[in-house]
Amino acid sequence: MSQIFHRHTNIYSRLSILAIVGFAAILGGGVAMLNVSGYNTNQDRFVEQPIQFSHAHHVGGEGIDCRYCHASVEESAFADIPPTKTCMNCHSQIWANAPILEPVRASFRENKPLQWARVHDLPDFVYFNHSIHVKKGVGCATCHGRVDKMPLMYQQATLQMSWCLDCHRNPAKFVRPRDQVYNMAWERPAGDPEMGERLVKEYKIASVGQLTNCSTCHR
Amino acid sequence: MDSSPIRSRLAGSHGRVYWRSLGELADTLEFREYLHREFPEQASEWNDPKGRRQFLKLMSASLALAGVGACTKQPTEMIVPYVKQPEDMIPGRPLFFATAIPFSGVAQPVLVESHMGRPTKIEGNPEHPASLGATDTFTQAAILGLYDPDRAKTVTNRGAVQPWGAFLSAMQTAGSRQKATQGAGIRFLSGPITSPSLAELMATVLAAFPKATWHQFDPVARAAAQVAETAAQSAAGDPLYHFDKADVIVSLDADFLTCGPGSVRYQKDFAARRRVTDERKEMNRLYAIESTPSLTGVKADHRLALKAGEIEGFARELAGSLGAGPGAAAPQPGASVPRPSTPEVAKWVASVAKDLQAHRGRSLVVAGEYQPASVHALAHAMNQSLGNVGTTVTYGAGLEAAPTGNAASLSDLVRAMDAGQVELLVMLGGVNPVYTAPADLKFSEKLAKVAQSVYHGLYVDETAFLCHWNLPDSHPLETWGDARAYDGTVTVMQPLIAPLYEGRSAAEVLAVFTAQSDRRGHAIVKDYWTRAFNSGGWAMRAPDGQAFRNVDTFWKRILHDGFIGGTAFADGGSATPFIAAAPAAATGAGAAAVTDAPSPAAPPATPVAVAAAPAQATPAPVAALQGGLELIFRPDPTVWDGRFANNGWLQELPKPLTKVTWDTTAWVSPQLAKERGLADGDVIELKYRGNTARMPVFRVPGQPHESVTVFFGYGRRMAGNVGTATKDAELFNAFLLRTSDAPWFGNGLEISKTGARHPLATTQEHHLMEGRAPVRVATLEEYRNEPKIIAEQGEKPPKTLTMYPEHKYDGNKWGMAIDLSSCTGCSACTIACVAENNIPVVGKEQVAAGREMHWIRVDHYFAGNDYDTAVEAYHQPVPCMQCENAPCEVVCPVAATTHSSEGLNDMVYNRCVGTRYCSNNCPYKVRRFNFLLYQDWDTQSLHPMRNPDVTVRSRGVMEKCTYCVQRINQARIDAKREDRDIRDGEVVTACQAVCPSEAIVFGNLNDPNSRVSKIKAQERNYGLLEDLNTRPRTTYLAALRNPNPELESAASRPATEH
Repeated sequence: MSQIFHRHTNIYSRLSILAIVGFAAILGGGVAMLNVSGYNTNQDRFVEQPIQFSHAHHVGGEGIDCRYCHASVEESAFADIPPTKTCMNCHSQIWANAPILEPVRASFRENKPLQWARVHDLPDFVYFNHSIHVKKGVGCATCHGRVDKMPLMYQQATLQMSWCLDCHRNPAKFVRPRDQVYNMAWERPAGDPEMGERLVKEYKIASVGQLTNCSTCHR
Repeated sequence: MDSSPIRSRLAGSHGRVYWRSLGELADTLEFREYLHREFPEQASEWNDPKGRRQFLKLMSASLALAGVGACTKQPTEMIVPYVKQPEDMIPGRPLFFATAIPFSGVAQPVLVESHMGRPTKIEGNPEHPASLGATDTFTQAAILGLYDPDRAKTVTNRGAVQPWGAFLSAMQTAGSRQKATQGAGIRFLSGPITSPSLAELMATVLAAFPKATWHQFDPVARAAAQVAETAAQSAAGDPLYHFDKADVIVSLDADFLTCGPGSVRYQKDFAARRRVTDERKEMNRLYAIESTPSLTGVKADHRLALKAGEIEGFARELAGSLGAGPGAAAPQPGASVPRPSTPEVAKWVASVAKDLQAHRGRSLVVAGEYQPASVHALAHAMNQSLGNVGTTVTYGAGLEAAPTGNAASLSDLVRAMDAGQVELLVMLGGVNPVYTAPADLKFSEKLAKVAQSVYHGLYVDETAFLCHWNLPDSHPLETWGDARAYDGTVTVMQPLIAPLYEGRSAAEVLAVFTAQSDRRGHAIVKDYWTRAFNSGGWAMRAPDGQAFRNVDTFWKRILHDGFIGGTAFADGGSATPFIAAAPAAATGAGAAAVTDAPSPAAPPATPVAVAAAPAQATPAPVAALQGGLELIFRPDPTVWDGRFANNGWLQELPKPLTKVTWDTTAWVSPQLAKERGLADGDVIELKYRGNTARMPVFRVPGQPHESVTVFFGYGRRMAGNVGTATKDAELFNAFLLRTSDAPWFGNGLEISKTGARHPLATTQEHHLMEGRAPVRVATLEEYRNEPKIIAEQGEKPPKTLTMYPEHKYDGNKWGMAIDLSSCTGCSACTIACVAENNIPVVGKEQVAAGREMHWIRVDHYFAGNDYDTAVEAYHQPVPCMQCENAPCEVVCPVAATTHSSEGLNDMVYNRCVGTRYCSNNCPYKVRRFNFLLYQDWDTQSLHPMRNPDVTVRSRGVMEKCTYCVQRINQARIDAKREDRDIRDGEVVTACQAVCPSEAIVFGNLNDPNSRVSKIKAQERNYGLLEDLNTRPRTTYLAALRNPNPELESAASRPATEH
């Protein structure tokens, strides 16, 4: 019985095997890239807000401390989004008639809360606590970036688990003195490579074993 | 079922035998199924009515799409801050408010956890004498009651939605018409009332309508006790027991540990006197003479099963041999009291009397809530002659503000309804007489003769359906109010949340009939207590003994504390009877000036013109003998009289002793079952005094041979989506059999097998331990003589016997100890865990398939060699053991369960792929797999109920006890923020917090001075199945018993060796 296919067709079968492997690799790589991309993580993306609030102006320009608005950051898991009253403390006096601030005044007048879109949104099975990070010397800018230079707020980090673990596995690389936590512009002093280790000890930051327990963040 | 294999197994066994169920003893097929497969056959298979082909299709599709599920992109979430943030509110941190959940009118004091205005969890009020931090199952489950989507939502008239104003004007019209006859046509019906402010309002209404009548009815009332006290001593009142002072306790059919308004405190006191430590090796001794096996009975050191009608005879014998009160002991004319006269009873009477005599002033005789007045009188006489009155038992003034004769009061009402005298009937507070009234009153028929009926309750239930006006009640967590606790302490209620629907409290509805028809709860309560404070008639002070400076500090302080100090009977005694000092004096003293309210009519000294003096208030105690079997009524241990029927948490809570969920059963003794050829789940027809009902039977060891016990609360026709009975279960209603002349027991019951079967979902045979000495027991004497007796009951391999390296713990090392001597099996821990950890309800079919999701279960073991009269039983709460050598950790292919640096077996839900290897490898069977999507994601009203600190798990994920890791983490963060270590006692798990007997202790094992370390150092500490070398860090303290050597027969002696 004669062969149905000519010998040279073998090359096609070999090529197609290669192509399948290659396609799978590209697909896998694509999915992996998609996973860490801003499309998936919302990294570097602006979110529509009821008012185009500028951190660059309020923090960078006016020098208002983070805690003036994010008041519960040292006490609670949640850093607090300020009530309308906090905005009105100033804006009943300055820019009191600015059209851009009408939603704020309306909220105050009608006793209807403003609805802000969440920029940093962790999955619901992750339990992050601001107060302990601030206490242990993790600066605001470490996770949130140079907020004082952001006219509109965006998420600077991926907020993926591997990003969390970068620090939980090696906190010395990221901690800073407590008095610099709210300083946006703080930079690691070049002449003090031991500082991180020293602060980890001084602040009694938990062992890596404890920091990487599943139940530290998931429960 | 053939019981011969049981007998031969028991006869052939050496030493001590523990068994879960009669099925285990008989080694039935079903039992073997549970034992070998854990889940019954096909439990792990697709249970939709779809074929194998469909299954494969779905499987291939789901395989192809596996992983895609993880690709969901989070939707944008909104943050909604306040406009003006309230003081004290820190977003992300819960606040706790003191309030009370009334149960049959009596306050159960609580602290409620509130997350951003949402109540999510109830804890006991640690400063309140009636709670001391603990709660019971009903109180725990109230949180689900608040968010129940089936609650009544709007005002309706004949089914049509109406505004509140329409009701108001209808009542004003009716009221002005009634003015002419001084309200002769108005009747009110409510449950028992202890609330001072409501009582005053009631008096005001009755002053405006002098001929109107107020009736009170509670199907599970404690009326018998009150009437008895009235008869036995000149002052009316409730007995208050002080178990912390009693060494010998005799219970005459009393379930004081788990039933009744004082049970939480009673359990605490009882356990405190029973707890054995290294320093104090003393225990109290409890004798239980009871008709229906109860948790109190199985906790007893000696238990005697008698028919309910024989309890009085026993009490007479006992009183006689104590020489107590010949007057009280004299038989009532006409009542033929059966006197049990077997040699066993004689021996009991002699031994118990001797023991009581030896402990004069430190003993206590407790009469059962459901025993007639004569038994209470006998108990009182015995306590008096033993010198216990004033030490172990005291009498408070009447707890209820204006008691009416209960059943007699309801009969009066029904008579008036029948005679057409009732033109307006107002039923307040969810009293549901159509369902709960004795069958002979035919309440629903008579209700049709009422011209205008108003029903106020949380649900549109059987009675609401037949009434013209329906008014939604507000839940206690939405209500301003007050109530008294069992010891008389005035407990203040404040709302945790604005009413979810149009609910109004009973006081607000009652206000409609006063001059100020629109007064709201806050005004009513605050106004009342302002006047009470200003009148000075009450000896009120802060719990620390300080007097209040002024009325503002008073009001703030009582809201903060949740109760008013100095108002307990023990503080004021009967010298300050409750009503006399109440607003009568307040208004008289010109206190009306304090408020702009017009001075309410001064309530009379006996505040309310109660329904006709209850001439026949003493219920005919023991029904005349009519032959046949004895029928005993009991409230259901989880749904009570049916008021909790729509609460899924309580429905799914395994009922004590039978572990049946979602159903009621008629209890028969194994011997009677054998005689009548009955097996568990056989439906019988019960004929009693011309009434008929049906019930599935359950054989319960320790049930008297000729008695059948039925439980209220089932067979409801309109309870809601959860509680409404299915068609075939509509006759499983014990109220169908109840008659007003014999409310709790009577003779003349005929039972017959119908041939029908009702499948029962009982967890008793789930999660078995293959009989490997799960509970260890010794008598106090044996333990005192040789403490090693506990360790010798099992085998403990050396620590080195493992291939895995030893874990090292630098900081905390968490552990738990559970004292089996203290545990009463009340199962409050299970409900507390459900509430804290967002555990879903799975439903009856799923429970039958072994898929209940409770993270902590209470195993129950009978002990002894005679299954007919087995009276000894032990309860063992089993949460995750958090093993040191955890079998679950090593088999997980995706490392979803890992060992934490503090010793917990962490369970990572978002990593779990659902292989269930861990559960297969767990010898304790504490892992729960979410087979189907059990969590209700769709019902909006349930969303705010969930604890935001705990993940809401989805389908296909394993879950288990975490030692309340969310509480550990919060405590750790708080400690670190304050630069200190976590203090001992700072982390309290949900099960530990709720436990009324303090059986569960949690803490740091690395600290030798922590409470848990000290407890674990006791020689009766042992690990469950520790021969497997899992090294569990939840360990148990062996149960100790304190039997009377005179009564302890050689046969039931625990074996000292195996």
